[in-house]
Amino acid sequence: MEWDFLLVQALSGLASASSLFVMASGLTIVFGVTRIVNFAHGSFYMLGAYVAVTIVPWLLEFDRSPWLFFAGVLASALAVGALGVVMEVMLLRRIYRVPELFQLLATFGVVLIVQDLVLLAWGPVDIPGPRAPGLRHGVYIFDQRFPAYELFLIFVGPAVLALLWLLMRHTRFGVLIRAATQDREMVGALGVNQAMLFTGTLFLGAALAGLGGALQIPRISANPQMDLSVITDAFVVTVIGGMGSVPGAFLAALLIGQLQAFGVLVFPKITLVLVFLLMAAVLVVKPWGLLGKPETAAGRTVLPEGILDPRPLDLAGKVLAALALAAVLALPLLDAYAVKVGTEVLVLALAAFSLNFLVGNGGIVSFGHAAYFGLGAYGAGLLVTKAGLPMEPALVAAPVAGGAFAALFGFFVVRLSGIYLAMLTLAFAQIAYAVVFQWVEVTGGDNGLVGVWPSRWAASREVYHYLTAAVTVAAIILLRRVIHAPFGATLRAARDSAPRADAIGVDVRRHRWLGFTLAGAAAGLAGGLYAFSKGSIDPTLLGIPLSVDFLSMILLGGIQSVLGAVAGATVFHAVKDFFMPLTDHWRLFLGLSIIAMVLVFPRGLAGAWTELQRFYARVHRLFTALRKWAERQP
Amino acid sequence: MTLLAVDRLTKRFGGVLAAKDVSFALNVGEMLAIIGPNGAGKSTTFNMVGGQLRPDGGRVTLAGQDVTGLPPRQVCRLGVGRTFQVAQTFLSFTVLGNVQMALIAHHRQTRRLLANAAAMHREAALALLDRVGMAAQAARPVGELAYGDVKRVELAIALAAAPRLLLMDEPTAGMAPAERAALMALVAGIARQEGIGVLFTEHDMDAVFAHADRILVLVRGEIIARGTPEEVRADPEVQRVYLGHSGTRAAARARRAADG
Repeated sequence: MEWDFLLVQALSGLASASSLFVMASGLTIVFGVTRIVNFAHGSFYMLGAYVAVTIVPWLLEFDRSPWLFFAGVLASALAVGALGVVMEVMLLRRIYRVPELFQLLATFGVVLIVQDLVLLAWGPVDIPGPRAPGLRHGVYIFDQRFPAYELFLIFVGPAVLALLWLLMRHTRFGVLIRAATQDREMVGALGVNQAMLFTGTLFLGAALAGLGGALQIPRISANPQMDLSVITDAFVVTVIGGMGSVPGAFLAALLIGQLQAFGVLVFPKITLVLVFLLMAAVLVVKPWGLLGKPETAAGRTVLPEGILDPRPLDLAGKVLAALALAAVLALPLLDAYAVKVGTEVLVLALAAFSLNFLVGNGGIVSFGHAAYFGLGAYGAGLLVTKAGLPMEPALVAAPVAGGAFAALFGFFVVRLSGIYLAMLTLAFAQIAYAVVFQWVEVTGGDNGLVGVWPSRWAASREVYHYLTAAVTVAAIILLRRVIHAPFGATLRAARDSAPRADAIGVDVRRHRWLGFTLAGAAAGLAGGLYAFSKGSIDPTLLGIPLSVDFLSMILLGGIQSVLGAVAGATVFHAVKDFFMPLTDHWRLFLGLSIIAMVLVFPRGLAGAWTELQRFYARVHRLFTALRKWAERQP
Repeated sequence: MTLLAVDRLTKRFGGVLAAKDVSFALNVGEMLAIIGPNGAGKSTTFNMVGGQLRPDGGRVTLAGQDVTGLPPRQVCRLGVGRTFQVAQTFLSFTVLGNVQMALIAHHRQTRRLLANAAAMHREAALALLDRVGMAAQAARPVGELAYGDVKRVELAIALAAAPRLLLMDEPTAGMAPAERAALMALVAGIARQEGIGVLFTEHDMDAVFAHADRILVLVRGEIIARGTPEEVRADPEVQRVYLGHSGTRAAARARRAADG
């Protein structure tokens, strides 16, 4: 390899680092001030690109000047900034005080809504953008041709960093952003208008995302998949740099840019994995990123969000459970479609239950639980299709596969807490997704594997339904038992106060690791059952959208409730299954539903039930008082 | 007989020397208080003994065994119970559940997957709660309790490990004066009865002088005085540090004026 080739490679690494930084800086600033990890940041990036491919060609019709090109890019950024303001005023403002898991979900609702709106406005076809006038040529660097636009991009990153630095040091707005990043309560106590500050921050953050997207149009066509592909990169950059730190994001973007540029040369197929490995390595050494500050939350003074004190089932609970079980057994009396949906609900209920074992019982907010579900499915599917084994051993292998990968990833995950932990689970899920997606020879890539059928005795839909029912119900009962057992109690204790758990002799990290592994194994079992119910598997079983589905289910059921996850999975899947065929805009519908759920039922169905009982008691009291008053009247 | 020996413990935070060559010994069944102004290094010393902080230099020996730098869970298993400056309990558990959890941990049963945790060690937990006067509240969620009662529950949790040594970082911080005296009397009673050594830091001088067998005075990371309560009270250096030069003179003037 020539050294001039390496130089060009390094330059292209710098160019992509610049693009990464422009986008990620907005995410990190928004997180610093609002403490919300904004999934919709990727949507802003995508919108920036779409707006730019719409207005820039229009502007260039007047005059093909570079100035108009960049005016169009800037205008796109500002337009997206305005959309950020809309999001802050309409949504974020209402959820600053809800637990971070719900905030994440609500912003993911926005992602779904934007996806559908983009499809409505621009259609599903990729839209290529115009190239920048004056920057269309190549520059020769020691015989190697290098695009001028990429060279220009290299300077954009440092320029944005410098502008942000000036903003942060020399304007009142910037000083407030820095102050709020350090201590939000103090800024509020000093009488700063928080609403204005947060709105302004969202404008800045969204505009930076829009700028990042708009700058890409000469390189990549605007497409409806940009949002999720870029948000993972942005998360990785902000987490490696330290959430809330702009210079940290710059440093991390530089590292990742170079890693990608040279990683391509050495390991062409697994650059994505390299990036995530870097992230895992950084987080193990510096749990708050390169330049991040530790979160100051050692012991709790408020009740944790999650399962409090699990009790034995009361009479109503027993009756409900018996009814649910009867319904599961009676489903084959209805039509085949009901059986299909019923089997799916059972599988999803187990997956959701295993997730709430982590989230509700352990306070471990995993954002990539679908990974273990999917790996279980692939574990079973590969044994059947590649090794020619029958269903029975494959179903044993499914939880082993899910558990093994959960043990591997969990080893790193449990070293972190809070939002860093959530981001790392997401990152590992994306690694697994990328490997399954790209390793075509083994996994079949995008097409997945077909021919994952049950053994002959279980081939009929009804028999398989009963098999699934037996396995999932047994697994849920066992997991519930674990929640009531010393192990489950220990996880709750560690969630409530890690210093106290440590001081009574509990190895907190090891217990959380075992808990993570157990939940992964249960999810893997669910994945295996799912594979045989469908006959085929594909990479979406490991994807972010399915992880979000699981989270929505436990949120809908109520994470403070032990069996709420089962109810949540049932309702969620039934509603989704009912509405999806009715509309082309199920994403819009689902997004709005998730947001409505966070706003209206922040404590899920179980919480709503308690509220309803309280409401009824209140009405009853009011009524009695009214009647007494009426009786006293002559 | 020496239970805890601390030998030249040193800890530095950046440029600040939080503890410098701190050495002391604590005998079986003895109550030893560490006092000193804010920022003197009391909590730092404490956390190095309890395992929450790793010292930069020096040794901690518990009943002849070197425990320097061991994590808190291992220090606990060697017979050290601890309470925190801001009480640390399991907020989602009941009062009884908190102590049961501590007993489950003490008996190393935390990895049991199928037993019913709520039914384990009930009697023992109730007995511990009885000793700290909280048995009547056993069924209440610990999050509902008054702070003084939370501190008592925390004491019961610490006692669940059958400790030889109790580490109590400002046991009465944040409590009403009447509650303070009662809690310290309770701790002293249990410690004397069972021969448990107690190392505690405290700002409340009444609690210190009423119950400590010996007192260490820590200022800017160094021990400037040690001895019985009477000796420490009479120490001119301690008077100077706590009252300042003018304060000491003012006190002397006041005494002369009172004497006539």
